[in-house]
This record gives sequence, structure tokens and C-alpha cells, in this order.
Amino acid sequence: MKLFILRISVLLFIISLISAKAAGGFKLQTVTDSQDTAVFVSPYEEENQQCFKCHGQSKYSYMNESLGREVKAMMFVERIIKKKDFYRSNHKSFSCTDCHSSEYANFPHPGELRMEAKLNCIDCHGGDETYHFDAITEEYQQSIHFKLENEGFSCYGCHNPHTYRISTRTSHNLKETIAYDNAICLGCHSDFNRFELLTDREEINIISKHEWLPNQSLHMANVRCIECHTKINENLPVAHLIKPKTEAVKRCNECHSQNSMLMASLYKFESKEQRKDGFFNGIILNQSYVIGANRNEYLNLLSLIIFGGIIIVVLVHIYFRINK
Amino acid sequence: MYLYPKWIRLWHVLNAILFIILIITGLSMQYTGEKDYVLVVGFEDAVRWHNTSAIILTVNYIIFVAGNLITRNGRYYNLKRENFFADLFKQLRYYSWGMFHGEKHPFPITMERKFNPLQKVSYVLAMYVALPLVIISGIGLLLPEIVIKGFMGISGMLLTDLLHITMGFFLSVFMLIHIYTCTLGKRPGSLFRGIITGYHATEDHYDLED
Repeated sequence: MKLFILRISVLLFIISLISAKAAGGFKLQTVTDSQDTAVFVSPYEEENQQCFKCHGQSKYSYMNESLGREVKAMMFVERIIKKKDFYRSNHKSFSCTDCHSSEYANFPHPGELRMEAKLNCIDCHGGDETYHFDAITEEYQQSIHFKLENEGFSCYGCHNPHTYRISTRTSHNLKETIAYDNAICLGCHSDFNRFELLTDREEINIISKHEWLPNQSLHMANVRCIECHTKINENLPVAHLIKPKTEAVKRCNECHSQNSMLMASLYKFESKEQRKDGFFNGIILNQSYVIGANRNEYLNLLSLIIFGGIIIVVLVHIYFRINK
Repeated sequence: MYLYPKWIRLWHVLNAILFIILIITGLSMQYTGEKDYVLVVGFEDAVRWHNTSAIILTVNYIIFVAGNLITRNGRYYNLKRENFFADLFKQLRYYSWGMFHGEKHPFPITMERKFNPLQKVSYVLAMYVALPLVIISGIGLLLPEIVIKGFMGISGMLLTDLLHITMGFFLSVFMLIHIYTCTLGKRPGSLFRGIITGYHATEDHYDLED
């Protein structure tokens, strides 16, 4: 009886540990934004400040000559560029007038400037060999997003040139990269105000659309939307061919298997590190754990040896029972 | 001898069916293969069946523990320190040598001793160590948000899953040996009949003098 009480006590202790964990008794590690904390000083700081004075916040003021007094006004949301975000972006070393007409220096801005054609990404990035913008453009033109081009969609729909920063995947910042990249998709696909600018659909609900996915929140925090919604391209760091929703990955074993497709997408950056301490697709283990993709070859072997050994013992035993 | 009351038999048969489903679906998840090849039932179905069976198994386990606390069945699982290893050795010797040389069973089944020493140890390990661990780690995998994120730099999910599959493996091995040793009655089917009807025939032991 004493032993039984001891057994139950141990069980209760373990259960209480789990309950304490569930109740937040243990501190969870939090992902901190460690990227690019150094203060960047732009050579165009002073020049750009002329623009940020009004476009850097939600309200601005100017001297109205006709009224003879200073007027305060609200800045359109689309025209606001947070200075801090700009100076953390990939284009932080640019002057505003590198891409926008120098005539914007005049206020009020001349009306005809609005009619000017805007630069596209490819106007500067065409022919580059680092990011393969030409291949990205080709993929984009085959993607489901391209049909929205006439509705006003473009590269800028996902990659705001004023704030976008490329996040190179490493095993240290993967969670941040996933969150950052998914936020790009969610910017429209979970915000109806933006979504309705491009479609006539009456509602969006990605949570209910993904209800079939077991442990939905775990999946969404640990893989990017594009893992399932793009066609894998071995030659591009990030695939841009967004497939129609009917072609999205839905078979669990495409990721949950030894030849997990995650190794060609999310974990491409270190996919050479196929095995780590005997684990298949070991690099995934640095960030998460994928059932079926992270088997351990030593444990596989050990289990086969134990199982085989038992079968042999049983067969020998049967032999002696028959030939007693 | 009426050795297995109705509740034990019902618990046992449900436990056995769930064990088989859980082993098959567990293997299906762990060893899903190439893009279009899946072991036995496929990942998606395996997850659904595994989760459902596991929840029923957990409830069934609670019934088992409660039943052992309420009824006198729990006494069969009390391990005694005296002659612990000597008795284990005696039983092992009987299985590996004695039973082939006309020796009597060293621990014949009585109403007070349902299990031989080897059975008792393996049942206690399976039911009070491996099964609770497999259930607790399984709850962790079912509700990943309650799992500790990491322990000494190793993913908490990995540790939880390793514990789960290791215990699952030992329970599968236990089941294999359990089924084989149940053929060691007077005739290979005698002990199986006992757990179905509830009655254990006292002479139902593998004994060369019979």
C-alpha cells in the first residue's frame, strides 16, 4: 500500500508540474527582435527630414498664406512613413528624391506630380544576381496575385519599399522571420479594409479556412504561409509563385515525412545539415519539432534490434516447447 | 476459479483494442514515407484516430486506477521487497529451463496471487510507469502550448515526443511479450479463454506432468 501511495504521489507531482506550466507558473522564452538595433545615420538625414516633417507622422502643420495662419491637418494613412521603420529598411541609405521627383521639395506639391509613373522594383533591381529579381518577376507573373495587377496590385502590395527589410533566415532568427513574413500575407488576408480594395469578396476568415489543420496556432507560428501556398523553386531563396488555394499543400506527409518539403523551403538555408546527432532533418530541431520528419536513426536501429531480439527469443522458446 | 471480474475484463478488452489502434496509428505518423507513400493509414487519418483512441484510453486508465483503489484488485500490484530478485530469478528459470524439464510452476495462481513475480513487475512497470508517462507526454503533444519550450537548449516538444515514442515502444514490446506468455497455459488458448470468461482453471499451467 505504501508503494502504491508513493506511485500516486509521484503521478500527482508530475500532473501538478504540468498544471503549473499551463497556468503560467514557468516563464516562457520570448522571441525578441534582435535584428538591426544599431542606429543608422543616413547621409541624407537632413534632406529626408524635410519630407519626414510631414510624412513621418499622422498630423502635420503648414502656413496657409490665404488664411494668414498656421493650419493643422491629418496625413493620409497611405502617405505616412515612420522614420524609424524607414531607417531600418533595406532602402535606408536612399534619399527620398532618389525615387520621387525632386519637385516634391516644393510645398504645396504640384498636382501633376501625382500623374507621374512610379518606379517598379525591377527598374532598379533588373539583372541582379543576388536576389534574382528577374526570376521573381517571372514567378509573380504566373502567381495568383498577378491577376490583381489591373486592380492596383504590385510588388509593393507585399513589400513596402519604404519599410521592407529582407530577413535572411538563420537558425537564430527563424521565429522572427516566420512572424515577419506571415505578417505580410496577413496584412491583407486578415484585414478586410485592405482586402476589399482588391476583391469583391464579402468576407475573409483564414482561421475558419484552416480549421482542418490540427494544432492550427502551432503551425501558423512555426511555418510561413508560403510553405503551403507557393510552388517550391530550388533556384530562388523565397518562392514567389503563389498557387490558387485549390493547389495549396494539404497532405500532412509532405512536411511530416523523412523527405519533408520544409527542407526545400523554410529550412533551405541550411538544408545541407541533413542530420544532426542522428536526427533526420536535424536543422528543424533548432527551432521546432516535426512529427515524422525528425526521426532518430539510432533510436530506429535500437528499436529494431530490441524488437528483433524479442522475436528471436520467442521463436527459440516455441521451438523448445514443440521439441521438449 | 473466478479470477477476472467483469469490470476487469471489459477494461482489458477495451485497453487491448485501443493499444492496437494506437500502435498502428503511432507507427503511421512516425514512419510516414515518400510523398505519395504512407504507412498503413496515412498521416491525417492516423492523427485523428490516434487522438480519439488516446482520449478513450486515458479515461479507461482512470477507471483502471480507480477500480484498483476501490476494489481489492489493487493488491495484486503491490511489490514486496523480500525475495524480490530471488523470486524473479525463480520465475525466469522456470520459463527458460524448468518448464521444459518437468518442474512445477514455482508460483501457481491463487485468488491471493493472480500474477507471478515476473508478471507483477512487468505489469507495475507498464501500468504505473510507462502508461502514465505515455499519457502525460501524449497530452503535451495534443496541447503543445502547455509543453515547456526548451530544456537545456533542447526543444521541449522533442523531449516530450521522445518520451512518448520511447514509452510507446516499450508498451508495444510489453504487449508482444504479454500475448506470447499468454500462450503458456495448459493449451495455447487456455489463458485467453480465462480473460474472456473470467474463470481461470487451476491446472492451466504449462506443466509436463499433465
